[in-house]
Amino acid sequence: MSKILSINGKTYIVDVQDEMSLLWAIRDIVGLTGTKFGCGVAQCGACSILIDGKLTKSCSMPVSYGIGKEIFTIEGTSENLEFLRKTWNNGNVPQCGYCQSGQLIAATALLDKIDNPTDTDIDNAMSDNICRCGTYTRIRKAIHKAVELKNEENE
Amino acid sequence: MSKIQQIHRRDFIKLLGVASTGILLGCNVTSDKKDFIPQVAGVFNPNVFIHLEKNGNVTLIASRSEMGQGIRTSLASAIADELEADWKYISVKQATGDEKYGNQNTDGSRSVRTRLEPMRKMGAAAKMMLITAAAKKWKVTEAKCKAENHFVINTVTNDKIFYGDLVDEATKIPIPDDEKIQLKKVEDFNYIGKTLKSVDLKDFTHGTATYGIDVRIPNLKFAAIARCPVTFGTLKSVDKSDAKNTHGVEQVIELERIVPPIGQFFGALGGVAVIANNTWSAIQGKLNLNLKWNYGENQSFDTDKFKNKLTERVHQIGKVVPGSRGNVSNAFKNAEKIIEATYHVPFLVHAPMEVPNATAWFQEDKIDVWAPLQDPQTARAELAHFFDIPLKNITINVTFLGGGFGRKSKSDFVVEAVALSKKINNPVQVVWTREDDIKHSFYHACSSQYLKGAIGKNGQVLGWLQRVGFPSIVSSFKPMSEYASGLELNQGFTNNPYRLQNFRLENVKAESHLRIGWLRSVVHIHSGFGNNSFVDEMAFAAQKDPVEFHLDLIGKDRVVKGRSKFPYDSKRMKDVLKKTAKNANWGKKSSKNHGLGVAIHYSFYSYVATIVEVSVKNEKVKIENVWTTIDCGLALNRDNIKNQLEGAAIFGMSIALYGKISTKEGAVEQNNFFDYQMTRMKDAPKIHIEIMDKMHEPPTGVGEPGVPVIAPAICNAVFNATGKRVRSLPLIDEGLV
Repeated sequence: MSKILSINGKTYIVDVQDEMSLLWAIRDIVGLTGTKFGCGVAQCGACSILIDGKLTKSCSMPVSYGIGKEIFTIEGTSENLEFLRKTWNNGNVPQCGYCQSGQLIAATALLDKIDNPTDTDIDNAMSDNICRCGTYTRIRKAIHKAVELKNEENE
Repeated sequence: MSKIQQIHRRDFIKLLGVASTGILLGCNVTSDKKDFIPQVAGVFNPNVFIHLEKNGNVTLIASRSEMGQGIRTSLASAIADELEADWKYISVKQATGDEKYGNQNTDGSRSVRTRLEPMRKMGAAAKMMLITAAAKKWKVTEAKCKAENHFVINTVTNDKIFYGDLVDEATKIPIPDDEKIQLKKVEDFNYIGKTLKSVDLKDFTHGTATYGIDVRIPNLKFAAIARCPVTFGTLKSVDKSDAKNTHGVEQVIELERIVPPIGQFFGALGGVAVIANNTWSAIQGKLNLNLKWNYGENQSFDTDKFKNKLTERVHQIGKVVPGSRGNVSNAFKNAEKIIEATYHVPFLVHAPMEVPNATAWFQEDKIDVWAPLQDPQTARAELAHFFDIPLKNITINVTFLGGGFGRKSKSDFVVEAVALSKKINNPVQVVWTREDDIKHSFYHACSSQYLKGAIGKNGQVLGWLQRVGFPSIVSSFKPMSEYASGLELNQGFTNNPYRLQNFRLENVKAESHLRIGWLRSVVHIHSGFGNNSFVDEMAFAAQKDPVEFHLDLIGKDRVVKGRSKFPYDSKRMKDVLKKTAKNANWGKKSSKNHGLGVAIHYSFYSYVATIVEVSVKNEKVKIENVWTTIDCGLALNRDNIKNQLEGAAIFGMSIALYGKISTKEGAVEQNNFFDYQMTRMKDAPKIHIEIMDKMHEPPTGVGEPGVPVIAPAICNAVFNATGKRVRSLPLIDEGLV
């Protein structure tokens, strides 16, 4: 059954059954592989995307949930995501890199909601995202730095 | 791991039909090897690692797999430094699995240790050839020329030629003899010993890095495989109808177990594969299979009972291990105090964020594979063996690894994909679910240890008895191997960092009922936990400060030469401990409910000390601070090393706080991250890393040595804070998380 998905401002027509999870529709049908499979049960955050701005674990949402909404993935671009990308680079954050799509999306959702998050805000917002390599301290720092960078550039 | 690697290697050479060690080493760049270097017009490629184009762009080949340890950047920087290349022209390309690149087995924290010098030579040889080419153009001697930042400079006239403009000339220059290659002095390094950011950052932050699971080739099918819950159980019957009726499912296929020959390879478990036109359908189809299994002999395996059995065994005399010395019985007779303790570490699983997966295309007389592999050459040899295809017709494309930690050293998932591709005559990607990964791994073994120490009048250690039992990795290669091997015991048991006159190590029987593998830092997880917990217990009994007690036990300065070229230097061990104590402000009075714990360990020829600060509230432990110091000799890429040690602290915390695989009736009980938990952001402490300045020493391990110290330092800190001694991991089972 054909469905229309809007992802990062582009329109995709996908022919899949309603129950297929958004994750696999995005990865296998649409062909955007930046969003990752990690657990399949909303436990690790590797599949994080934004749906109408709301942080969502795409592995546990059916494709039907995404219809008529604006989906945002790591292949997209936004003001906050670009600041985060810069400080992720400056801080040499990733190790294997696999979870970082989800980390960046979760951090984008955080900055979209809270302009200047505290460590506790970061703990609350980022604890759904597992990094097996253990880059948490760098992620925390890069989020703070992104806020600094944004404030500097907006002055 | 070296024994296992040797077994593979021997077979590998046999399969190759050659024993050309020069090429296997990959570091001889003498002219007779030029035949092996594919020559491309308009490109200067003096060896298989360097490709210089006329626009100045240099492509460097990464022979080791990238799994987060930063090796693509590190090894490239070593070539670039000797090449006097400008970093902005450098790009890195991943090697396929091929002996022409030398040993590619990415484990044992040895990529930099074994590949730094060969890679430097590659760069230095290329630089010499570029200088000769320029000298010829200018009609001067090479001595009048020098290379600098992508140019050769005429030191008399100050003329300079861009590297790209030397491509044609340099291609005609003979490759210099190995012994004529001169390497730079430490003081002259541009990149080595500095910080270079990962060359892959842009891809990592844009979702464009291709991991194994991201490989897409035309007409690709996707497969999920149901495997018997009990190791090596077999299929009794399957009702495929519901699976076949699942939307998107195309075929349901039975896969026989592929049994590896004794002493080598990994084989595959077998099961029932569901082939679909997308991953989701394959997984749904798998869930819709109605399966009955013959569980086989491992059905009796229950980890709780096994723990009790191992504990009983370590309380009885075992086999004395070579390296035991002196007379511990006399030491116990003369002791002022005798301390005894029994420790336990459960089975663990790697759980890399990217699950095992492989894409394969079997065509009549050739195999193409795309997979996240730590050891692509063994995978290639394994496929040649099982599928009877000549090695030269097998291409292993190594993708990025979304974490490895030892899991992706084993190529079972590749064997599955190739077997399926052969059966369906179509390219196929096998994707493990997280549940598959947790339930069908090559597990880090559980262990029990009994320690007995004799303490003298002045608090000195007079004798040390240690009995240990854990299922051996060798059992995965030779069934019925029921004792830990010497090479495993040589990971922190026979070669602990202490000076002990009376030392006795005994090995007790431990059968394997799961596939046993290696996990980041391997047996050092057991030895590091047992040794450091016990030293802390003895220090307390002797009423001594744990850091002082460790320093006394390491003893006077001495250098112990083993068979390797990396002798153990007790002074370096003490220095990292002193540095860590200073950084952690050891000796300062802790605040209420806070405690400090210390651990040291020598592994992969590196010296590591860690101090952990915990706070304990309502009997729940929080890790507040971790201070780790490493002496890894020459530090190739400093910030990368820091990142590795920060990660090791988090990895070690997962082991200490949560890590436990258990079985009932032979089947693994855990499923996914909700019951095999990981350290998360909210648990993450402040981490303070220091790297000792040892640029004139050879480089030693980095990826693993930061792990073994973490669990014991945490437990020692918990004791310091609460008086409660944790002897059995993980802390969550003790109600402390």
